[in-house]
Amino acid sequence: MVPLFVILGILVILVIWFVGIYNSLIKLRNQVKNAWSQIDVQLKRRHDLIPNLLETVKGYMKHERETLENITAYRSQAMNASSVGEKAQAEGLLGGALGALKIAVEAYPDLKANQNFLSLQEELTSTENKISFSRQNYNDQVLFYNNKIQMFPSNIVAGMFTFKEEEFFELEDPSEKAVPKVAF
Amino acid sequence: MWELIRANRRKSFVLFILMGIGLILLGAAISYFVNPAGMGIDGIIIALLIWIIMSLISYYRGAKILLAASKAKKVTSDVHPQLFNIVEEMKIASGMEYMPEIYIINEEAPNAFAAGRSPKHAVVAVTAGLLARLNRDELQGVIAHEMAHVYNRDIRFMTLAGVMLGSIVLISQIFLRGMLFTGGGARYRSSNSSGGQSQGIVMIVALVLAILVPIFAGILYYAISRKREYLADATGVRFSRYPEGLASALEKISGSKIEMKSSNDVTAPMYIALPFSKKKKAAAGLHSTHPPIKERIRILRAMQGAGFMDYQAAYSEVKGKKSGIIPKSGLADTDNSGIRQAFAESDVKRSAKRNAGDIMMAVNQYRFINCDCGLRMKVPPEFKKKSISCTKCGTVHTL
Repeated sequence: MVPLFVILGILVILVIWFVGIYNSLIKLRNQVKNAWSQIDVQLKRRHDLIPNLLETVKGYMKHERETLENITAYRSQAMNASSVGEKAQAEGLLGGALGALKIAVEAYPDLKANQNFLSLQEELTSTENKISFSRQNYNDQVLFYNNKIQMFPSNIVAGMFTFKEEEFFELEDPSEKAVPKVAF
Repeated sequence: MWELIRANRRKSFVLFILMGIGLILLGAAISYFVNPAGMGIDGIIIALLIWIIMSLISYYRGAKILLAASKAKKVTSDVHPQLFNIVEEMKIASGMEYMPEIYIINEEAPNAFAAGRSPKHAVVAVTAGLLARLNRDELQGVIAHEMAHVYNRDIRFMTLAGVMLGSIVLISQIFLRGMLFTGGGARYRSSNSSGGQSQGIVMIVALVLAILVPIFAGILYYAISRKREYLADATGVRFSRYPEGLASALEKISGSKIEMKSSNDVTAPMYIALPFSKKKKAAAGLHSTHPPIKERIRILRAMQGAGFMDYQAAYSEVKGKKSGIIPKSGLADTDNSGIRQAFAESDVKRSAKRNAGDIMMAVNQYRFINCDCGLRMKVPPEFKKKSISCTKCGTVHTL
């Protein structure tokens, strides 16, 4: 009888341990999803702001057709992207194009005095900040989750229930490479 | 990050207990002096009662009282969209769940404070003068500092500790004034019943305690307060990833010679920088709730990155000693986020005074109408007509 109880006891402990790992994996995966939805909200906000912005600047910027067309093209590319990697690439390009617009604006003092443009610019700046702050949060969560999936013994449970590693969201901003970083 | 809060909480708790012991000692000594038969028990009860009642009031009503005392007005996002955006950015950066309420204070002096017992009930208030003077990066630095106070649960702790200090001062004042009035009358009365010798000693002990306990409690309180300011700077920079923003904001705030009209000794510790003139600040020293602003700026400018470790390194470098400001568990936080770039734009061109005036008009629901002739009209909320004609060119604008 005694060996039976020992075996039963070990089994019970194993099951509890197993359930614990499974639940923690689920929790981490949900946190990643939640962090992603926060980025998504901000990315959508940026997409929504762009038509208004283009409408406002069009009248002033006669010589920047290429810049404006780029923004429109990258915006639709970003809106159609499905995977995290694709999205990151498209959003990076969009960010770069918007950066180019920001620099181009400097040549149009009338536009810089336009109240409507100023408030749009503030919204856009803030949205970009929110994207970068929520991106940091998302990448933190992905790191925790991926670590858990790769490490023993939780990798066994992850393998059984096909928990897949998530992608980091790294924006490739061409303008970031062009501008030398200033260290304070 | 969470570790830092816990380490903070442990340390605060110890200091809190020390102040509590001071309060109890004071109560016991005074009541023993007045009535030796009671063994000081009733004094302890009275002292604790005073403290509990004051704590409860300030815990639940503190933010409201503070906002009313500073004449702050709650605003919606259309009054100052940038301020709202920045607060939301810092909310996202901190990972906190709730958006604090936002207030604007009608003061020309640049300053800001955070209040509220928990992140859920948090309040951030800034003066119109602050909004008028700072650019986007600087305002973000200040808001990050205030949100750091909310995140580190500083407000609740400093309120409760402040109330304890207040109770200690109150009790010792009542006692010392009572002594003056009665001229130590209690001594004569009680010396008939028990030995005069021991009575004299008790009186001296009570007197010494009544004088010393408030002083020590004060020094303790101000020391914690200063430490919390450094920590809020470090945490704020970790949120905004841009130390120069806060540094340059502090420079502008300390450069202002305007004193806040609606602040006093009690509300002063709540602000990002002491709301007093230079003369008053110089007299503070050990009894200052804030570290010297120049030192805070130097530490921020010495930072190589935006993490806690970078702040610790800069702190040691500026202070020239190894003493830590960030708890060890906070340093274990593996964050090596770099400093981000500045927003090149937005230099404040118009005079700060005029800007501050415009902001207060927006707070008070004035409407702004830009006429094509270049005139900007400010329409007060009392104006009820459906249209207004420009006073310069006569164009009619519908409201």
